[in-house]
Amino acid sequence: MSSPAAPVLAASDLVKIYPPASRAGRPSTALAGVSLDLAEGTCLGVVGESGCGKSTLARLLVGLERPTAGTVLLQGQTVTSFRRPELARRLQLVSQDPFSSLNPRLTVSSALTEVLLVHHRVDGKKQAAARVADLLEMVSLGPQFASRLPHEMSGGQAQRVAIARALAAEPQILVLDEPTSALDVSVRAGIVNLLAGLRTDLALSYLFISHDMAVIRQLSDQIGVMYAGRFVERGPWQSVMSEPLHPYTRALLQAVPEPHPDGSLLGGPEGSAEESTEGTLEPGESPAAASAQNGCKYAPRCPIRIDRCLTEEPPLEIVTGAHEAACYRAGVPVEPGDVPAEAGGVGERA
Amino acid sequence: MTDRDVTSAEPVLAIRDLSVGLRARSGVTELIRGVSLDIRPGERVGLVGESGSGKSLTMLAVMGLLASPVAVTGGSVTLGGTQLVGASDRTLRALRGSEIAMVYQDPMTSLDPLQRVGEQIAEGLRAHGVSRHEASERTVAALAEVQLPDPARLARSYPHELSGGMRQRVMIAAALAGNPRLLLADEPTTALDVTIQRQILSLVARIQRARNLAVLWVTHDLGVAAQFVQRLAVMYAGRVVEVGPTTAIFSDPQHPYTAALLDAVPSTTGERAALGQIPGSPPEPGSFPAGCSFASRCRQALPRCTRAEPILEQRPSGVEAACFVPPAEWRA
Repeated sequence: MSSPAAPVLAASDLVKIYPPASRAGRPSTALAGVSLDLAEGTCLGVVGESGCGKSTLARLLVGLERPTAGTVLLQGQTVTSFRRPELARRLQLVSQDPFSSLNPRLTVSSALTEVLLVHHRVDGKKQAAARVADLLEMVSLGPQFASRLPHEMSGGQAQRVAIARALAAEPQILVLDEPTSALDVSVRAGIVNLLAGLRTDLALSYLFISHDMAVIRQLSDQIGVMYAGRFVERGPWQSVMSEPLHPYTRALLQAVPEPHPDGSLLGGPEGSAEESTEGTLEPGESPAAASAQNGCKYAPRCPIRIDRCLTEEPPLEIVTGAHEAACYRAGVPVEPGDVPAEAGGVGERA
Repeated sequence: MTDRDVTSAEPVLAIRDLSVGLRARSGVTELIRGVSLDIRPGERVGLVGESGSGKSLTMLAVMGLLASPVAVTGGSVTLGGTQLVGASDRTLRALRGSEIAMVYQDPMTSLDPLQRVGEQIAEGLRAHGVSRHEASERTVAALAEVQLPDPARLARSYPHELSGGMRQRVMIAAALAGNPRLLLADEPTTALDVTIQRQILSLVARIQRARNLAVLWVTHDLGVAAQFVQRLAVMYAGRVVEVGPTTAIFSDPQHPYTAALLDAVPSTTGERAALGQIPGSPPEPGSFPAGCSFASRCRQALPRCTRAEPILEQRPSGVEAACFVPPAEWRA
């Protein structure tokens, strides 16, 4: 990605291989060489399906796990070299389930005060109380929430508290791992809008991870699409969403159920085009199964693959402007008749 | 619908004024309040709402699967000519699997991890008097119908050997093996990746058409409803607030809740603007307010809305909505 300023967070060639789960098992490659730069004040959206490695990426970026190979640089310094409190003052993780990240026996006020005191963000308890009120206001919760326990809140309210707690440490970067995925439609909208506003108001940088293309689009400056432990496409959000280059990105976008009917219901008489997609997209191979091949990991599912795709791995390269793709067929249109050899079967592997 | 005139046929399932409550010594807490819905042969109907709206409870009530102290407190559910409310366990057991089948969100809770998937499907058929030999043949045929590769071999696998999408296909095969007239589905694709969800929806749509099956599909996902169902009922606080043809509801919502919900959904196309928000949260069962349950969160609410409860009324667009304020009078 092109960015004039030095990135606040940078990863180069991250590899994460987990040991076999059993003696008979094989090691599992969750990340197979991921590099990224997060420019200050921007949001990089990372989208992909189950098992693509996006959550592993989040854990490596926040220093919860060490990579098998590669480095993560936070403001130019290796992330794992920071002492925990120093790291927490720069970088915070917000995850999917707020209840699992909040202590069930601490009131909101105690949870926030604890963070404020540990990180010396306030002088004494009196200042802390004022700051707690500020933080609650920042996430649009009334002062009455200060005395609440996690079980006295809805999922959306708890997620706001989790965000407030992350902000209490005054980090520059938030790594957001599916922060809206467990929420109802109307609640999700509130959190998405909140995150958009906070980024501007506090000049934060976001690494935003989601399986949801529409939510990713809502918040991101840059979008990276992951498949089998790699970025297969990355670029400015407008380009990725409106001119996707990689056949996987296009399949992903096509599969998103849009909340406005186009008149052709799935399986309808005029929807015969739908029938062909039923077998075309071979779903979610695990990275472990996929890493057995030498070529492009998407090739077995790809409707427009050529022989080269099966033997050689395409690198992530600039195609136009700042828009990158890892595909020998980048931008080649998919015709209705293009079907991979395995079509007809489901081809999904456990 | 253009292909089949479903509106003239007799409904497979008729839900009339169904109420469900939680019985306690102190009284009954209402959870579902007067839900009515018809599903005709060959029709795919959606039940949409957010957590706690009562959509899943409605489905459980239809199946007769409510567990005490939650029970049907009023209304009727008829399948063909059979009244399901108050029917004996024996009657319900005979209907489940043969007349009505159900698919849930998490196949792992419905599948026995220690039994081969084929045996589990065959077991369901055997319970309805199908011979061992025929049950095994029909099992393989059912697995083939959901496009699982090498169905005879797959029938011998255990649930953990299958991926999430394959397991959900197995559940659909099990549900359809008994050749039911009505399929009830409670968020069966919610836990799946979108590409797999798309395949499952296409698959069910194709089978549904081939068999002229009636389908009731419960989902929180407006996108899934838009792509999959012909008719839609939107639930809020235990009531249906809007019901009608999917295209009519999405293009011209008549209830402010439906409109607000649609505004809150992000899209992959179009202009990128802040999402619509709905202030506050839905009322808790037991403290449903007087008047319209949505009034306190509604931008269109009039003084009248907190006094009287609007009922479902026909609108010119072809849908029914329970709201005193027509869209023409809505404030921007």
